Amino acid sequence: MARETSEVITVYEPVIGLEVHVQLKTKSKIFCACSTEFGREPNENTCPVCLGLPGSLPVLNERALELAIRVGLALNCEVSPVIKFDRKNYFYPDLPKAYQISQYDKPVSSKGYLTIEFKQDGKVMKKKIGITRAHLEEDAGKLLHEGIRDGSWVDYNRAGVPLLEIVSEPDLRSPEEAFQYLTSLKAILQYLDVSDCNMEEGSLRCDANVSVRKKGETEFGTKVEIKNMNSFRAVQKAITYEIKRQIGQNESGERIVQETRLWNESKGETSSMRSKEQAHDYRYFPEPDLVPFSVAKEQVEKFRKSLPELPQVRAERFRSQYGLSEYDAYTLVSDKALGDYFEACVKENVSPKLASNWIQTETLALVNSSGSTIQNFKLSPAATAGTIRLIENGTISGKIAKEVYSIMFETKKSAEEIVKEKDLVQVTDTVSLEASVQKVIQANPKVVADFKSGKDSALGFLVGQVMKETKGRANPALVNGILRKKLTGG
Amino acid sequence: MEPYQFSVKQAKEFSAKNQNGPSELTQSLAKRIQNFDSKVKAYVHFDPTRVLLPKDGKKGPLYGVPISVKDNIVIESWETTCASKILTGFIPPYDATVIRKLREAGAVIFGKCNMDEFAFGSSCETSFFGPTRNPWNLDYVPGGSSGGSAAAVAGDLAIAALGTDTGGSIRQPASFCGVVGLKPTYGRVSRYGLVAFGSSLDQIGPITKTVEDAAILMNVLAGHDSQDSTSADVPVPDYTSFLGKSMKGLKVGIPKEYFVKGLDPEVNQAIQKTIGVFKDLGAGCVEVNLPNTKYAVAVYYIVAVAEASSNLGRFDGVQYGFRHETSSLRDLYFETRDQGFGAEAKRRILLGTFVLSAGYYDAYYLKGLKVRTLIKQDFDRAFERVDVILGPTSPTPPFKVGEKMNDPLAMYLSDIYTISANLAGLPAINIPCGFTEGAGHASPLPIGVQLVAKPFEEGTLFRAASAYEQATQWHEKHPKL
Repeated sequence: MARETSEVITVYEPVIGLEVHVQLKTKSKIFCACSTEFGREPNENTCPVCLGLPGSLPVLNERALELAIRVGLALNCEVSPVIKFDRKNYFYPDLPKAYQISQYDKPVSSKGYLTIEFKQDGKVMKKKIGITRAHLEEDAGKLLHEGIRDGSWVDYNRAGVPLLEIVSEPDLRSPEEAFQYLTSLKAILQYLDVSDCNMEEGSLRCDANVSVRKKGETEFGTKVEIKNMNSFRAVQKAITYEIKRQIGQNESGERIVQETRLWNESKGETSSMRSKEQAHDYRYFPEPDLVPFSVAKEQVEKFRKSLPELPQVRAERFRSQYGLSEYDAYTLVSDKALGDYFEACVKENVSPKLASNWIQTETLALVNSSGSTIQNFKLSPAATAGTIRLIENGTISGKIAKEVYSIMFETKKSAEEIVKEKDLVQVTDTVSLEASVQKVIQANPKVVADFKSGKDSALGFLVGQVMKETKGRANPALVNGILRKKLTGG
Repeated sequence: MEPYQFSVKQAKEFSAKNQNGPSELTQSLAKRIQNFDSKVKAYVHFDPTRVLLPKDGKKGPLYGVPISVKDNIVIESWETTCASKILTGFIPPYDATVIRKLREAGAVIFGKCNMDEFAFGSSCETSFFGPTRNPWNLDYVPGGSSGGSAAAVAGDLAIAALGTDTGGSIRQPASFCGVVGLKPTYGRVSRYGLVAFGSSLDQIGPITKTVEDAAILMNVLAGHDSQDSTSADVPVPDYTSFLGKSMKGLKVGIPKEYFVKGLDPEVNQAIQKTIGVFKDLGAGCVEVNLPNTKYAVAVYYIVAVAEASSNLGRFDGVQYGFRHETSSLRDLYFETRDQGFGAEAKRRILLGTFVLSAGYYDAYYLKGLKVRTLIKQDFDRAFERVDVILGPTSPTPPFKVGEKMNDPLAMYLSDIYTISANLAGLPAINIPCGFTEGAGHASPLPIGVQLVAKPFEEGTLFRAASAYEQATQWHEKHPKL
């Protein structure tokens, strides 16, 4: 019998590398002037070039190259001094020329790294993941099967959309690290504004190379490529499944076959697609229709200087400029729009720490419950800051603020208006508060006795009762002070 | 003189002077084709109802001049087949850049000429539509692959034609048919709209009755095209300004490697006489060395077929052209390509696929590219000493239809002298320089001389060719159909 599963797993170490295809956000395709817009009628965005009609020739869209270089620089890569393309030959109906124009031996960028950050026990951990290469290529079309009775149709709208294939070193050691790699990579791409990174629309796709070996071994095991995952979570799940499958194979003495496997989301498992023997010989050779050319060093430096602030640098700045914790800073920058929202709030002169807490809890809760995104969120940063400001200056309590915030979401009125209309201003008048406190003390003799006999937590209950009495409008700190004074006979 | 006999220059003048000139010209040519093309079979697609005359107001430099086009250059809404079954029914939705330029210059796009299937051949016999015949003797081949274009021009079935040249496909048929054929510098003329064979070698060029006509056409065809990344942004001179100039002081190199076993004695004799004329006209002739010539054919049949195997992948029955209807994707590919391609196309696809395959790439393709560089360097060195290199265009005069169809190697050697210019990207021209007289031939057959120049020095070729043409009468001879 095999050993206990968890015990077995700890003996093994997974080795994971990811290949990410990112659609670059250019207006026109990589080798022709057709639009890249998603969601058009089939074959609306096509011309002789992207249809691969006889006689047509490609001309490089320089914007695609610029975006690719920017990504390379952000991933700490070396940018190739020579830009050269190659043909990758294979037959498939979605590939109009029967070859894909790609880059083989001289990728636009290589030898970089990406630092992944992940939260572990409330702390932010860091790990450098090598980037082998990032190369430019053209996307293929799409086969349509649904609703077509005989055969299939082909939509070439996607054919010729610029892709950057980013290949990592096999440096990832767990499905979680793979997930974090994708999250960090997506954040960088969003900061660079080079891709929509939408896995559902296919603007970001990921294949995983997975192998396992016994811990301490230096040789890699036989690797398996997994395809067909359409979310970061699916990547994580597919890798988890694959690691278990491979360990199972090893333990039962079966050899792992080098192959490509497809992830089946509904079944939650991978299945064999083709073996190494069936793998294509792509017959790469230099693309004769595109002459290799060099990119001036000065141009690359210009791109480098114009790079935007990237997530990790921004997180550092959030810590030093706003005094945020590493954890909060990490959370806020992991989504560019969230970080932008936070900074816009802070610009309205509210406490950064208060803003950070409020946005991470209340704002995100509303965003999620309303099925929106932070980019499209109905409440502006200024509106949110209005609520935060009222807490900060003591006009309302945090509890009332939540109520105000949700009313604000429904009515779009300003925080101040809502507070005024609903008479929610915090009661800070000690005389009127003392009356309420007196009332609560009289109504709860047992709790009062508990407190007096040394049960300090009883005070919290009494504060809560006063808040209830004042419909939440009392300033809790004041109530606390008055109660303590009265009960300890000060 | 009938309008169909006109040169480009004469056709220009005729159209400029006569209000109905363009229409009279095309009618005269159409009638000539009707009467005689059943013998020559220079055209694969000719439909007089589709010939559009230029608008009257727009009188460009080629106003009213009918131009025939090799069938591997796309013309909007005209069937383009590359003389292959696999492309039958393919109607391109766009004009090649050269067609657009010709139209803008006022030319009349006239008809489509036969060729070897996908330009694979040196005899025009591999066409799916059957062979074209040499107008000088219908038992003989017109050369290839632009055999239809050259035969049309030689037989007065065209005023001028466009050919394409990957390894000699303009110059060799021009030589076989006794006309002028220019392969421009790689990058001089846009390839946009030329159905690719060997993308790093292909060039479109003119096939004409005179050197002057070639210069007139090149003034229109040459120039940078933003739709072709391999087209060169080099200024285009007025090529006609090189005509009628003296040859005095021109330095001519004679490569000793070209005069070896395999060169037909009659061709050799004609070339020696040509060298004599050049000397008489004041050119200085010296021997030059092109030591890597012996590798040219081998290198060519690696590089060209590799590119061809990739370029022809798209003919799969999915989008256009011939398709074998079947329910399985695998069968669609296999049957469409098996039935759609002819034997020579299949041979080259197989060769090209082989030389690019994993494990063979370095030994063949990569090595081929290295030798290609050596061949280029041979020319660089020679051109330090001379302005043009002179030699035979073809090692033999025209051969008989069917003579070499079962011997591909012998066929490949037809291009032994022309291939180097493609490998090195150099401009080269064929001009008529004599006829066979020997008893082996039923009637005199043309012989051509090739001149090669430095990159973008088509002007130098025109200067030398024009001076030679003026001193000789070869271009005045026409075959009787």
